[in-house]
Amino acid sequence: MTQVLDVSRRSFLKSSAAAAGAFTLGFSVPFTAAEAQSATPEVNAWVVIKPDDTVVVRIARSEMGQGTLTGLAQLVAEELEADWSKVTWEYPTPGQNVARNRVWKNFSTGGSRGIRESHQYVREGGAAARMMLVEAAAKEWGVPAAECKAAKGVITHAASGRSTTYGKVASAAAKLEPPKEVKLKAASDWTIAGKPLKRLDTVDKLSGKQIYGADFKLPGMLNAAIKDCPVFGGKVASFDVGKIEKMPGVKKVVKVGESAVAVVADMWWQAKTALDALPITWDEGPNAKASSETIAAMLKEGLTAEQAFVGNQAGDAKGAIAGAVKKVEATYSYPFQNHACMEPMNATALWTAEKCEVWCPTQNGEAAFAATVEASGHPAPKCEVYKIHLGGGFGRRGMTDYVRQAVAIAKQMPGTPVKLLWSREEDMLHGRYHPITMAKMSAGLDKDGNVVGLHMRLSGQSILASVNPQGLQSGKDPVVFQGLNPDGPEGHFGYEIPNILIDHAMRNSHVPAGFWRGVNLNHNAIYVECFMDELAQAAGVDPLEFRRRMMKNHPKHLAVLEAAAKGIGWGTKAPDGIFRGLCQTMGFGSYVAAGAEVSVKKDGSVKIHRIVAATNPGHVVNPDQVAAQVEGSFVYGLSAMLYQECTVKGGRIVEENFDSYQPLRMDEMPKVESILMPSDDFWGGVGEPTIAVAAPAVLNAIFAATGKRVRSLPLRNADLRRA
Amino acid sequence: MAKLTINGKTVDIDAAPDTPLLWAIREHIGLTGTKYGCGVGQCGSCTVHIDGEAVRSCSLTVGSLKADQKIVTIEGLSPDASHPIQKAWLQLEVPQCGYCQSGMIMAAAALLAKKPKPTDADIDEAMTNICRCGTYNRVRAGIKLAANA
Repeated sequence: MTQVLDVSRRSFLKSSAAAAGAFTLGFSVPFTAAEAQSATPEVNAWVVIKPDDTVVVRIARSEMGQGTLTGLAQLVAEELEADWSKVTWEYPTPGQNVARNRVWKNFSTGGSRGIRESHQYVREGGAAARMMLVEAAAKEWGVPAAECKAAKGVITHAASGRSTTYGKVASAAAKLEPPKEVKLKAASDWTIAGKPLKRLDTVDKLSGKQIYGADFKLPGMLNAAIKDCPVFGGKVASFDVGKIEKMPGVKKVVKVGESAVAVVADMWWQAKTALDALPITWDEGPNAKASSETIAAMLKEGLTAEQAFVGNQAGDAKGAIAGAVKKVEATYSYPFQNHACMEPMNATALWTAEKCEVWCPTQNGEAAFAATVEASGHPAPKCEVYKIHLGGGFGRRGMTDYVRQAVAIAKQMPGTPVKLLWSREEDMLHGRYHPITMAKMSAGLDKDGNVVGLHMRLSGQSILASVNPQGLQSGKDPVVFQGLNPDGPEGHFGYEIPNILIDHAMRNSHVPAGFWRGVNLNHNAIYVECFMDELAQAAGVDPLEFRRRMMKNHPKHLAVLEAAAKGIGWGTKAPDGIFRGLCQTMGFGSYVAAGAEVSVKKDGSVKIHRIVAATNPGHVVNPDQVAAQVEGSFVYGLSAMLYQECTVKGGRIVEENFDSYQPLRMDEMPKVESILMPSDDFWGGVGEPTIAVAAPAVLNAIFAATGKRVRSLPLRNADLRRA
Repeated sequence: MAKLTINGKTVDIDAAPDTPLLWAIREHIGLTGTKYGCGVGQCGSCTVHIDGEAVRSCSLTVGSLKADQKIVTIEGLSPDASHPIQKAWLQLEVPQCGYCQSGMIMAAAALLAKKPKPTDADIDEAMTNICRCGTYNRVRAGIKLAANA
């Protein structure tokens, strides 16, 4: 078995490295680490150049559709002065990263950080490799390196008329000392980065060749289906193996931790069929009576609770509101939501007495590796994780619960690789949900309609308390305040209000919360931007003008807002029956705004016609992919706004599949126009921020159309009918 | 045992008659381009063609199929990703994560076969597949590009 494992593992690595164009998993190619060393020594950790001039860029972050893989390769290739047509990629493994003292740094791919957090060191990696390649050529020719130039993978020495290619000097370059200092190009000089180049990972997605975790196979592999106690915090009491052990294909029924049961069979469909037939008695534990109603009551109490964590405070908000000419109050709420990645959670594990290996789609290779080490009982040097393309991530695959389960199952079947694949129902019932929150918004206006005080009281779940309690700061979850912070590059509040208080009463339910595409920014932007619309109405001022008055010191927030307003035609007459809404926010280091055009029929049905989004992410590495992220963000954000809600009954999630947890579909999709306006003076993310402006722009337009404020999400629960 | 004709080849598979076609394709025949997304006919990730019709293979059992029905999966749509839909998808960079795209492409190809110049309304009606990354607008543009190719 060890023999089979080694071959498959190497060929997997080899095929990953081989090409984005022909990514196939083969198991018969003889390939040893020694051969790899001699054939293609790395120039440095980021760059491998093969004798045929193929450039392999190492990508530490995970590709889950967001285009980070191509963007990072563009950044490395830019500084490397590579020939883009010869660029391919590979994932280094988390185990190698640990063994090499984290030479690739962070593998975590979330928070729209893939590029903005690593652009500096990956570009330095590309630049250092270029300098070493040039130096190797110069040495061979006996000329000063400064006299040589590199472009498109070719090094030339003009004075002597000599030239060579990267592939020819890569081995010599690999032996050189890396440079101590590297100078990076200005964005204005980019020829590869900043351009709308084709993705490196598209071709195999068109023909069914792309292997996702759910498709992965190893020789002799069995398949597992799993059921975790549907009530969070519950346990397995008993199960009757005798009822299913003779069913077709069934190999073993195993308990997984205290709370789950898995059936292992030849085929996954056999495993699932047997699991569905398995009588399981659950000890539902202390949460069996929890419901959406009990959770809502807990959050409601938090809206007026005395104690709360302060996220943003200036002046005396409560006093200013109390003494204001006009007082406005509104309470908003946002539900639990599941990520619902198209590919359900899965991982393949092989455990032997000697080692443990896992193949999985993960947003965080290092976390998956740590989970493997912990669950396997083997030390880190005897574990490895191989990343596979993700069929969606959205934050869900930053978690490692499914990896632990796969290892726990494989550990009970030493020497046999087992692929664990969740059913959609399991995926819906065991998410790490977008946290549930409410917000009580209170503001005071002076006689001219200016905001003199704002109090935003958030009440609800903390993600950190659920997934990373060590990250809490004296009990406070700073992530709750996404987009609401007084300052800082991650996401600060875009309005100048003399007296402000934004605080959070943490109310954690038994339902596990998790990071989600956009996450806290999504509901924070709804609360702030819909309430701003309410205040503008109360003040009798145009919503754009109303915001503008408070944004003098926030020119970047204002610039995207004005661009979106102009794009949607704000201030001009809309076509008959069409109404407009606006909003802006800042998150994940980027400034975003949107304008929406909607119509609402008398029966209350809403049609979203057009969205214009303006984004300033600082730098744009691939404009076509940024546009794709903006377009996609509206699908995610509008799906969440229109339909998505995970309700709780009897301690468990009620919605089990897409029939009751609907995403938006093509017939409802508005036109999206994306305005990119990078100011080139910072690095922001693009995978998530735009999601947050989808809902408030539409909700404000719905108010314009109907005079009705929707303050409780999703929209499907609202009655927009008019007489 | 069941006899199926998939991508031009007739194969015998040792699957129980109530096995969904999706799982017969993925596990018995070993073609993994057809994806599992929901198992209840909602998402369309498992879309294949049967005698030219786009169908959700998770919701059909192998026992309900006849050997002479022609099943085409994404792997059989074209030998080299040269179907006009696949070419348009590449040109417009439609896929993001790509997991739903086999189903999207199969649904779009079936639509074009019936309606070579589909209207927006035709597209809305035929394309009910779910994409969580949010590629819908490029899917629509891709269908139109392929229709005009």
